[in-house]
Amino acid sequence: MTITALGDTAVVVGLGAGIDERVLPKVRALVAALERDRPAGIVDVVAAYSTVTVFYDATRLAPGGERAYDQVCRMISERTRHLDSDARKKPAPPARTVEIPVCYGGEAGPDLAEVANHCGLEPEEVIDRHRSADYLVHAIGFLPGFPYLGGLPEKLRTPRRATPRALVPQGSVGIGGQQTGVYPMATPGGWQLIGRTPMPLFRMEEPEPAVLRVGDRVRFRPITNEEFVAWR
Amino acid sequence: MEITVARGGMLTTVQDLGRRGHRGVGVPLSGAADPFALRMANLLVGNPENAAALETTLVGPELVFTAPVLIAVTGATFEGIPGWRPLEMGAGQRLRLGPARLGCRGYLAVAGGIDVPLVLGSRSTYLRGRMGGFGGRPLHDGDTLSVRAETHRVAEHWRIDERILPAYSAAPRVRVIRGAHADEFGGVLFESEFRIMLQSDRMGIRLGGARLARIGGTDDMVSSAVAPGTIQIPPDGQPIILMADAQTIGGYPQAAHVIAVDLPLVAQLRPGDRVTFAEVSLPEAQQLAQAREHILALLHEGLAEKVR
Repeated sequence: MTITALGDTAVVVGLGAGIDERVLPKVRALVAALERDRPAGIVDVVAAYSTVTVFYDATRLAPGGERAYDQVCRMISERTRHLDSDARKKPAPPARTVEIPVCYGGEAGPDLAEVANHCGLEPEEVIDRHRSADYLVHAIGFLPGFPYLGGLPEKLRTPRRATPRALVPQGSVGIGGQQTGVYPMATPGGWQLIGRTPMPLFRMEEPEPAVLRVGDRVRFRPITNEEFVAWR
Repeated sequence: MEITVARGGMLTTVQDLGRRGHRGVGVPLSGAADPFALRMANLLVGNPENAAALETTLVGPELVFTAPVLIAVTGATFEGIPGWRPLEMGAGQRLRLGPARLGCRGYLAVAGGIDVPLVLGSRSTYLRGRMGGFGGRPLHDGDTLSVRAETHRVAEHWRIDERILPAYSAAPRVRVIRGAHADEFGGVLFESEFRIMLQSDRMGIRLGGARLARIGGTDDMVSSAVAPGTIQIPPDGQPIILMADAQTIGGYPQAAHVIAVDLPLVAQLRPGDRVTFAEVSLPEAQQLAQAREHILALLHEGLAEKVR
């Protein structure tokens, strides 16, 4: 484990290297440990791939001789000491499998043909491979609730569009390089769009606004255009 | 009471000190780009430091107040508007901020605070997510803002000591802490003067001039958390200083991080301004932050007597 400063407001806890599924249980365990018993002065915890970044407010940490940075490092070390055994004995809330309904192709997925062409597959084969894979949420960011999903079949890897779209509709499911993801809100974006879900992934009026969390598993289930319309 | 927006200005948004506790699911911090100026504006009218106020950009709005109220303008300076002190507005009085003479972002606090709904615990506007503030958008001509009516009175004949203000400048030397990938860029960041580009906004300040070439490191960067103040280096080598509305994670190398007490200097830079960087240690940065908190606490106490 490494702890490094991210400026004067956060520390980055490194629990592994690169994109590694085996590190995710540790990442989830540390996030859960910090959320169960959140030390005063900790304002935000951001998990991404093999890192957990802890944002702190130095002015709200316990006053005393110890420096803010040292205090935060100590709090994190205390909580990580038993992380390996904790992850086995007292696991973080169970990783869920979230099924996301997707209307593939047509207006909902305007780049399906291009992706199929790039991959040397029929559009139906692209859909079949995309829906058959198991995905893992490695990080959430870029936009509120936007999942960085690992697990895209190698055969479906497609470069981003040369020119990003000025507006990607909310719910669009896209492929960008070796990643796939869902746009929770309308925004400019460069991924290849192969479908669209009617399921909201981020509801700002809810106390827990994001449907997905780091460590969740995701499956895509194809739906018809009629089902898409009926959902909304 | 209400405020009628006769002119919205270039980009005027409702901001507080930001949306904490939701960065883990990708919601940016948002809030005032210059948090010091927002806190001061609020203290000067007797508000809690975190009350919602207006953040203006380059060209300020024109506002009409429907009832007498105490306001304060901080941050950028405007022709004919005394800054960093409480001002009494009369019923029907019109306030035209116009183009900022110095600085980029002005803060206008109103006694009682701007009354917009809390979204995920904050009244700040996150523009790209169309979230919070005034319907998730900048103010337009003809909008009407509500203010929680509170009558604050202010004693005469005093002023704040300008030495407590950040060293706002059109060519500041901004203090930074080394980032995780600092070694991969040599010393260019600390030896060059950079120019503020026009494409700068609340997500990031883009720097032109010297380019930072990567002289080491690997290409397989995996995204991790970033913060307001993070200086990231995209493949074109032109640094971006992330600001309040920046996304929560990023995949570009991190050369450095602007220290919290100097973020206001960056927030006030205008396109064409110049900036240089100096390295400080983390303990030094946190001592400076503590010293500023101490000053604000003293000011809070002192103002309690003068604004009530």
